[in-house]
Amino acid sequence: MEFRGRAFKYGDNIDTDVIIPARYLNTHKPEELARHCLEDLDPTFVTRVKKGDIIVGGRNFGCGSSREHAPLAIKGVGVSCVIAESFARIFYRNAINIGLPIIESSEASRQIDDGDELLVLPEEGLIKNLTKNEEYRGQNFPDFIKEIIDAGGLMQYAIRQA
Amino acid sequence: MGMTITQKILAAHAGRKFVEPGELILATVDMVLGNDITAPVAIEEFEKAGATKVFDNEKIALVPDHFTPCKDIKSAQLCKRVREFAKKHNIKNYFEIGEMGVEHALLPEKGLVGPGDVVIGADSHTCTYGALGAFATGVGSTDMAAAMYMGKTWFKVPETIKVVYNGKRQPWVCAKDLILYTIGNIGVDGALYKSLEFTGDTLKDLTVDERLTITNMAVEAGAKNGIMVADEKVVEYVRRRGKKEVRVYKSDDDACYEKILEYDVEAIQPQVALPHLPENSVAVDEVSGIQIDQVVIGSCTNGRFVDMKQAAEVLKGKKAHPYVRLIIIPATQEVYKRCVKEGLMDIFLEANAVVSTPTCGPCLGGHMGILAEGEKAVATTNRNFVGRMGHPKSEVYLASPAVAAASAVTGKITHPREVV
Repeated sequence: MEFRGRAFKYGDNIDTDVIIPARYLNTHKPEELARHCLEDLDPTFVTRVKKGDIIVGGRNFGCGSSREHAPLAIKGVGVSCVIAESFARIFYRNAINIGLPIIESSEASRQIDDGDELLVLPEEGLIKNLTKNEEYRGQNFPDFIKEIIDAGGLMQYAIRQA
Repeated sequence: MGMTITQKILAAHAGRKFVEPGELILATVDMVLGNDITAPVAIEEFEKAGATKVFDNEKIALVPDHFTPCKDIKSAQLCKRVREFAKKHNIKNYFEIGEMGVEHALLPEKGLVGPGDVVIGADSHTCTYGALGAFATGVGSTDMAAAMYMGKTWFKVPETIKVVYNGKRQPWVCAKDLILYTIGNIGVDGALYKSLEFTGDTLKDLTVDERLTITNMAVEAGAKNGIMVADEKVVEYVRRRGKKEVRVYKSDDDACYEKILEYDVEAIQPQVALPHLPENSVAVDEVSGIQIDQVVIGSCTNGRFVDMKQAAEVLKGKKAHPYVRLIIIPATQEVYKRCVKEGLMDIFLEANAVVSTPTCGPCLGGHMGILAEGEKAVATTNRNFVGRMGHPKSEVYLASPAVAAASAVTGKITHPREVV
């Protein structure tokens, strides 16, 4: 598996309210949520983003509300993965549970600029910056989380356990 | 090596004698919670995976509180989905409006959560129940779905930061001010992935309702959970509400803490957290005079009876400023009834407040008090992110019920001593 796309770079503490404002939470259809992804932070994001592009955040990405609609909106808009220095813990769980690839890497978060072309190899935790000709390492998932991912998500894992 | 309260509760629920920070465990859960926004997603995942039976129909709580009474057709459809699931699986703890309350005020009130429990909820403020000595944490909808099916969930055992509050509170300093001050000190990711264990002499003087305000906002520092020792006040509180199983844990003397933060409470002034992060807290005197358009008193943070009383104490015999919309939302039907019985409702109505039936409503910019472009609100809620209460160019200032009430009277951010 590999992802190739352009970086959309944002700052620290990108909260789930700006990822998908509560005024749109009367639905959970990914395609409807996708239309409003990051609307209050960057109203032009949805018009510029292309399938496969990558969001790069700073510290505490996805903080705030537990809404699973946030990773659903990001996935729905076609983003292939999210890279951040750190993720808020509920967002981290949600992303794994719905199959949105995420990578923690403070180096990548610092070095990548908006618009850089990236190639990401999530299984190896490797991020290549094609624009800057640099490579960054991300943290590997623990085996237990890999099992959830391999099972096809948490609910499938739960069904197998029973 | 000893264990913290959080380690002990998690060990007991994983069938283990000892667990250490960093370990991944599968733990049984005593209560699984969802609301009208998160439960429909969980129900869809549950059914999509082919699950047909919940693990225990008494250990699931479904509380439609966010957009209720339903604000539009789409939210009515969501509530209908939750209601039908509750009927189909005979979920005992489904609460229709009229009995419903804001979930994290309602569950303690109904005696559904208590000391020693593991509680997960598809709502980030599930950490509220830590004040009752429970390990309680927010998760997403898929986690909720899996737990409704398995009765278990996975956790990484967190490290613990101990927060010690010592000393007597200055007049008008509420529980809200202690937690806003603490978040200001450590930042919105200051406790990321960690447990916040609150302790110290000051807590003894706080009512259980006030303590719930502190643990409620643990997530605003990034924490996995906030927790306190269940003392005799808590045990009495939960027993009175019909909670049967009560397991009181205390941290061992040789428990390991990632860090210990001590606060001299006497030095803490009433706080206001400025837009757009809860960590932007400053003493109210530093920002008094900022003109406001709306005041919201309520939410899972500050919608309990003690909060209503603090607001009433300031509002008694006064009127809201002519250009300020004062919205008061008792968090549960019980709190609402008590406000009527004990005369608080008269004070609020005489003050020209709008008093709403319980709902999360404006806290998340859902309904019942949305802000227009450029407007400012003082709210007793928990988040002041961009667009949280309405227009992305509106602003929310977080404060205690006393500061919010005082600000409603003057039309600008105000220390309660200026009004009473």
